[in-house]
This record gives sequence, C-alpha cells and structure tokens, in this order.
Amino acid sequence: MAGFASGFGEKVRGAATGVLDYFVLAGRAFRFIFSRPFYWRDTLIQMDRIGVGSLPIVLLTGFFTGMVLALQSSVELSKFGADVYIGNLVGASMIRELGPVLCSLMVAGRAASGIAAELGSMRVTEQIDALQSFGTDPIKKLVTPRLLAALLMLPILTVVTDMVGILGGLLISVVRLGLSADAFLQGVLNTAAQSGFILGFIPKDLITGLTKPLVFGGIIALTASYYGLNTKGGTEGVGAAATSAVVTSSVLILAVDYFLTQFLLVILRPGQ
Amino acid sequence: MTRDESADAEVRRVADRRKARDPADSAREAELVSDARETKVDVETHMAAIRDQLAETVDDREVVPENTEAVIQLENVSLTFGVRQILKDVTLEARKGETLMVAGESGSGKSTILKLILRLLVPDKGRIFVFDDEVELLSFQEALEMRRQIGMVFQNAALFDSLTVYENVAYPMRENTDMDEVAIEKAVAEKLDFVDLNPKVVMPQLPSQLSGGMRKRVGIARAIATNPKIILYDEPTAGLDPLTVGTINDLVRKLQRELNVTSLVVTHDIRAGFRVASRVNLLREGEIVFDGTAEEMVASDDKYIKAFLS
Repeated sequence: MAGFASGFGEKVRGAATGVLDYFVLAGRAFRFIFSRPFYWRDTLIQMDRIGVGSLPIVLLTGFFTGMVLALQSSVELSKFGADVYIGNLVGASMIRELGPVLCSLMVAGRAASGIAAELGSMRVTEQIDALQSFGTDPIKKLVTPRLLAALLMLPILTVVTDMVGILGGLLISVVRLGLSADAFLQGVLNTAAQSGFILGFIPKDLITGLTKPLVFGGIIALTASYYGLNTKGGTEGVGAAATSAVVTSSVLILAVDYFLTQFLLVILRPGQ
Repeated sequence: MTRDESADAEVRRVADRRKARDPADSAREAELVSDARETKVDVETHMAAIRDQLAETVDDREVVPENTEAVIQLENVSLTFGVRQILKDVTLEARKGETLMVAGESGSGKSTILKLILRLLVPDKGRIFVFDDEVELLSFQEALEMRRQIGMVFQNAALFDSLTVYENVAYPMRENTDMDEVAIEKAVAEKLDFVDLNPKVVMPQLPSQLSGGMRKRVGIARAIATNPKIILYDEPTAGLDPLTVGTINDLVRKLQRELNVTSLVVTHDIRAGFRVASRVNLLREGEIVFDGTAEEMVASDDKYIKAFLS
C-alpha cells in the first residue's frame, strides 16, 4: 500500500512538473516572438510546412464535411418543409464550430506529429545540444518559429475550410436537393448577420471562428514542441513523442473548444 | 577480472583438471593450456604496442607546465540521475593550451562532464569554473556567451540534418558574429580545408551524403568556426576505421599546435587518446581514479588501470 501511495505520489509530481514545464515553454516561446534575433527564414519554412503542406488535407476535410452536413440536415429539415434553411445550418456549423475544430484536428494529426518527430530526432542525435553549445536558445530557434507559423496559418486554413465546406454544402443542396444557389448562400449570409457585428461590419461568428484556430494553433505548436524537446530513448522515443503530441493536442483542442465557446458566448453574446 | 587475471585463472583451472580427470581429455586439455598462454601473451603484446606507440608520439604531444593557469576546473562535482550516481566528487582541471583526456568505460560519466562544463546539466554538488567564471552562477545570457567561446565536437557529429555542410559550418558564424556572407563563405572554405575536406565538393552536400569520418571532420570544422578557446571532444574516434581514427587524431594535434586551444577529449579509446593527450584522467564509476601522463598510466601497477589498458 505504501509502495502504491509513493508510486502514485511520484506520478502526480511528475505530471505537475510536466504541466509546469509546458507553461514555462509556452511563456518563453511567446516572449521570444518579440525579441531578437528573429528567425524569419525558419518561420517562413514552418509556415510553408504547416500551412501550405496541410492545405490538401484541409480542403478535402472541409469539402466532404460540408457535403455530409447538407445531406444529413436535409433529412430532418425536409420533414418540416424547412429545406431552405440548409444554408443557415451549414454556414453556422462550419464557421462557428466544424471549420475551426476539424481543420485544427487535421493539422494536429499532420503537423504535430511532424514537429514532435523532427525535434525528437534532433534531441536524440544531440543536435539540440549542439545548438545550445553555439549559444543558441533552442526554444527561440525551434519553438518560436513553429508557434508563430501555427498562429498565423491556422486562421487562414480555417477560412479555407469554412469556404470549401460551404461550397460542398452548396453543391449537394443544388445538385442533389434541388435548392437554388441563391437561397443557400442567402441562408449562409443571414446566419452570419444574425450573430451580430463588431464595429458595425465584422460578423461575431467570424470572430468566434477565427479566435478558436488561433488558440488551437498555439496548442498544436506548443504541445508538439514540448513532446519533441523532451524525447528520451532513441528512435522508439521519437515515435512515442509523435504519438503523444497528436493525441494530447487533439484532446486539448476538443476540451479547450468547449471552454472557449462558453467564454466567447459570454463575451460576444451576453445574455444568450 | 582483468584479461591477465583471467589468463592466470584459466591456467590454474587447467592444472586442476589435469589432476582430477582421466587421460582421455588430454588433447582438449593441451588446447586449453595453449589458449590460456596465448591470451597472456596477447596482453603483454598489447601493452608493449601501447608503450611503442607512446614512444613514437611523445614528441608530438604538447606538455604544458604544471603552473599554467587552469581554463576548466571541476571541484568535487557530484551528479545523480534518479537513484544512479553518475559522478562522485570529481575534481579535475584542464590547463591553458593542453589536451586533457578523460578516459573511462562506457557509462562511467565521461560525456556528462562535457555537458556540465557547457551547463547543459547542473551538478548536485561541487563547483565548475570556465575561464575563472563559476558556471552555475552565470545568468542564462552569460551561459550562452560562455558557450560561444567553447567548440564542441559531438560523438556522432550532431550535424543539422536539414542544412548543407556549408550551412552547418556557417551556423556559428551567422549566430555569433557580424560577418557578412562573403566573409562567411571564405571562412567556411578555410575551416573545411583545415580539416582536409575539399570545400567545393562538400559544401553543397547534406550530412546524410557524407561518410562517418567526413561527418566527424565537418563537426570539427563547425566546432572551430568561431575560433573558440576551448574545444570539447566527445568520443571523437568512436565508430571510425583505423585510418580515419589516425586522421582525426592528427587533426586534434594540429588544432592544439596551430591554434593553441585547450582541449578536453572524452574517450574510451585509450590508444587514440594517448596519441593526442598530454595528460590523462581515468574515470571509474563516476570517480577519478588516475591523474597523470600517459607514460605514468602505462607504468602503473594498479589492477584496474592495467585491465583498462588491456
């Protein structure tokens, strides 16, 4: 029993230290965004890898999600003769929730594993020690460019996901359900307008839809970098780091999504 | 048990069997005795070879006077990972311009010493000084500055996979100097030439396209890129063929001779180490058990040292 208690205590202490290390890493990575030297070239490379590299998978995911959303909602809405609202439903779902979350999950699957594996293999082959021996801070050189790239690219990828999702919904609504394109798009615009505007012209739904990927981008880059930098045990450790990075960042995205939605509802739509 | 002791034990075992067993085993018995004697002869031949090697290379190694100031000092340094004590009260010093070898078996804590000097690790106990600065008391920025004066040659070179040879060697210059690209290109070519690599051929190549020996030499070129005052070598000859080992040893000596750097070579390859080191520290299970010259080490009667040398 004493052995179990001490083992449990060790694990709790280890987990607490891990969380603390994660936040220290996050704090330093954010701080280095604003301090010299700036690794612009590394940031551009990471923007290409995370952003452009994830484009095909994000396009496919968004398009098929929009299509299936239109198809499924038509089944229920047609019972009430409300097919005309398919555009509203697809638009609201894609912009507020599915676009940011699905896009981030896809990028987490693709980019988080890549970042963790790359940094992990640099760790086990002493390349990170080599960086430090040249007086380079590995967080500044390796983590900050990835963080900045993810923060910049996730919102862009989310907009792309939203657009192709709406396009997919439009395709199904017009070709399969016989709805007019105008009615569908009007529904999308109406939903955006009904959410209200900030500064008179920015739809609140768009704020919600772009705040989430910003946060999720940070989660993906930091979680992957954390596991990569803490890789132990050779090539096996690199594989484990990549797996942990994907699993943890995916779970964090889904969990944080709930709290963020709640927070944004309170901020943007008080009283609802 | 040392190879010498094993040989003696084998001879005794054979003699005992001779008394106890029947004559039918005599052929096998003779074979065993012969093997045991050969093993003993092997050890003696090996030691003689080391002595010959020392006699050949003694003129090449720079011997630094004892009163020369120490550039690296470890004072009673101890380090524990979990329940395992890696270093126990280690005290050593590398004097200005000398090449100090820290020898020891795998897992004896040799590479840990290098990481402590660079403050990639922090000791549980004891103090480390580099250029008279206590490493543990340096701020994060000061530690980065200190590292810029030290070149490190890693065991597997640790070249950046995604960068070409040129970019690898240029990296410390870009990070730590104000040199423009033309000056960097010239300096990279010089460093690669210094380590006997053809700059025009290797500069555009990726580390994955190089042999182990070439990677190691690029690692040395990168380590000396900004003309450091100290060079740390982690197993510089591990995993290399004998000819390449000779080339790397020549390079270490050349660096010491021409640039007058202070070098700390961590290795288990004692023969290669003897070729370059003016002084030797032997590490056993985290403790320094010998501090002296290569000749003193070879002449030592200590059983562990004899076993290590054989």
